[in-house]
Amino acid sequence: MHIPDGYLSPATCAALYGGAAPFWYVALRRTRKLLLTRLVPLISVFAAFSFVIMMFNIPIPGGTTAHPLGVGIASIVLGPWASILALSTALFIQAVFFGDGGITTLGANCFNMAIVGSLIAYLVYRMVAGRSAITSSRRVVAAALGGYLAINGAALCAAVELGLQPHFFKTAAGAPLYAPYPLHIAIPAIMIGHLTFAGLAELVVSGGVVAYLQRANPSLLRFTAPGISLPQEESQQVPAETGWSTARPLWTAVGLLLVLAPLGLLAAGKAWGEWSVHDFSSPAARRQIAKASQNVTPPPVAPSGLKRWSTFWTAPFPDYSPSFVHKPAFGYILSGMFGTGIIVLLSVLMGWLAARFRRGPSGTRARTEET
Amino acid sequence: MASGKRGGKSGFLERTTASFVDAIEHAFYAEETARADGLLQRLDPRVKLVGILALILPAAAARRFAVIGGLLAVAIVLAALSHVSFGVLLKRVWIAVLLFTGVIALPAPFVTPGQVVYHLPGLGWTVTSQGLTSAGYLVLRAETAATFCVLLVLTTPWNHVLKALRVLRVPAVLVTVLGMTYRYLFLVLQNAHDMFESRRSRMVGELTGRERRRVAASSAAVLMSKTFDLSSEVYLAMQSRGYRGDVSVLDEFRVRSLDWSMLAGFALISAAALWWGR
Repeated sequence: MHIPDGYLSPATCAALYGGAAPFWYVALRRTRKLLLTRLVPLISVFAAFSFVIMMFNIPIPGGTTAHPLGVGIASIVLGPWASILALSTALFIQAVFFGDGGITTLGANCFNMAIVGSLIAYLVYRMVAGRSAITSSRRVVAAALGGYLAINGAALCAAVELGLQPHFFKTAAGAPLYAPYPLHIAIPAIMIGHLTFAGLAELVVSGGVVAYLQRANPSLLRFTAPGISLPQEESQQVPAETGWSTARPLWTAVGLLLVLAPLGLLAAGKAWGEWSVHDFSSPAARRQIAKASQNVTPPPVAPSGLKRWSTFWTAPFPDYSPSFVHKPAFGYILSGMFGTGIIVLLSVLMGWLAARFRRGPSGTRARTEET
Repeated sequence: MASGKRGGKSGFLERTTASFVDAIEHAFYAEETARADGLLQRLDPRVKLVGILALILPAAAARRFAVIGGLLAVAIVLAALSHVSFGVLLKRVWIAVLLFTGVIALPAPFVTPGQVVYHLPGLGWTVTSQGLTSAGYLVLRAETAATFCVLLVLTTPWNHVLKALRVLRVPAVLVTVLGMTYRYLFLVLQNAHDMFESRRSRMVGELTGRERRRVAASSAAVLMSKTFDLSSEVYLAMQSRGYRGDVSVLDEFRVRSLDWSMLAGFALISAAALWWGR
């Protein structure tokens, strides 16, 4: 899943560096506040550990082995923010020193594996583990599930990034300039391997490590289990709620992505397979379809199935352009923002629900620190 | 990829230790070439870092084969002037990248829609010119960028690469973290290697799949516990030397006339490649 140089266009790379930067910034600020002078030794040594973990060969059922990412255990033991820093550090050394993953694509790799991976692993672990005891087997399941979903979330991000390339970056003759496989090939090709081998390796490591730590060193697990105490607990909670001040760069980034995301939709021409019923009757569109389909002439009328089903589901913004917007380009942007906005809102809602659920009625409010 | 000596049954221990040894070997080799007296080794690391990044960028952006090929030629000339042997480049970069990216690019000529240039006899598959072009771009770009990256690492001591990052406004704290990570990487690698070796030395039979997974996961967990102890020890050692959380990075680099002229050269090549490769 380490994307090498040359697979992503410079524009995509820049966008993902831009997307990762605020997360790095917030992660650095929050871990600094929490760990104070311990930050440097803890993150350094843990990054070294993450690097070594990625070299483990994990035997998975069926006889083969696969490398884990270690993102599940990193965010369970360190919390998501320190995990983002440690994994990004490990990915940097892998890319620059060992040539595993590219330099231009480092932002993308950190975004997929360190950021998306850590956040998914942490959220899933906290939600599934709930308020169970540190030694409960529910935590093993939570960790295994968190690791599995994290690596698959990261892989899906990578697949989408790679799969978008041929849709937007082509030579005049139509040859893809970067990763050549469109979404409908890239996503299954990458996800099949991760839903099975790589995902299982991550599942085994995350679940196995937590199960072992429960027996041998449960104190390592208490950091992400606030309120669940071992004896001699000295409370060092991760603030569950994000204050506006430290989260501001995140929201700025989300805002930027909202503006940038739809720009991609403005690329000329139709994506292969995204023809509408009208395209089959217009001569210009027919020529375009034929050109894109290895010179196979499309049928003179739209396939009856397409015609029938195209009216079955009328999306709120058909063809990405609401009827009240006359300029299609503007409509595209608006639709893109709408779509991205829904996703952001959903995740905010889920986070809020999770926080409420976790805190319970007598829970204390997270500390509100002013910076 | 080599399977274990016991018919692959417990090969995961061998394979994992082999990859640890590989990493350590790579680092030793890099340190050795970084001390050689070549063109790139003599440059200020900041100039080198910025210059190499400036050459990787057009390799990723260019839309002409000739431009990317030209950049690869520049990389080869730089390697020759810096006493980096072609054998090493061939083995560590060109063949390695070809094996990885080549396999990924292989289906592209068949699945990319476009003008058919060849029918594969028997199977009825068609090769398109667009597909061939696309696969060519992918492989050439990956090879060129990887060659530049390896040149940077093979001609610069790692702590100099990190200090040079300050030019790109990377916070001093992160530069320190990266430096310490690299230092403890070898200790953790050594630890993991020793754990696996001692485990192997105590094994008389073959492990079942379930046991192998248990060994792998517990080894990871033990290594993690050791890592935490190590970080506490490092912290105490730092404190005893007066560490209070402020980090500063010594800036001992000096830019000389050779550096300025090479910087100009890098900038010129990069700008020309960006212009021609539009």
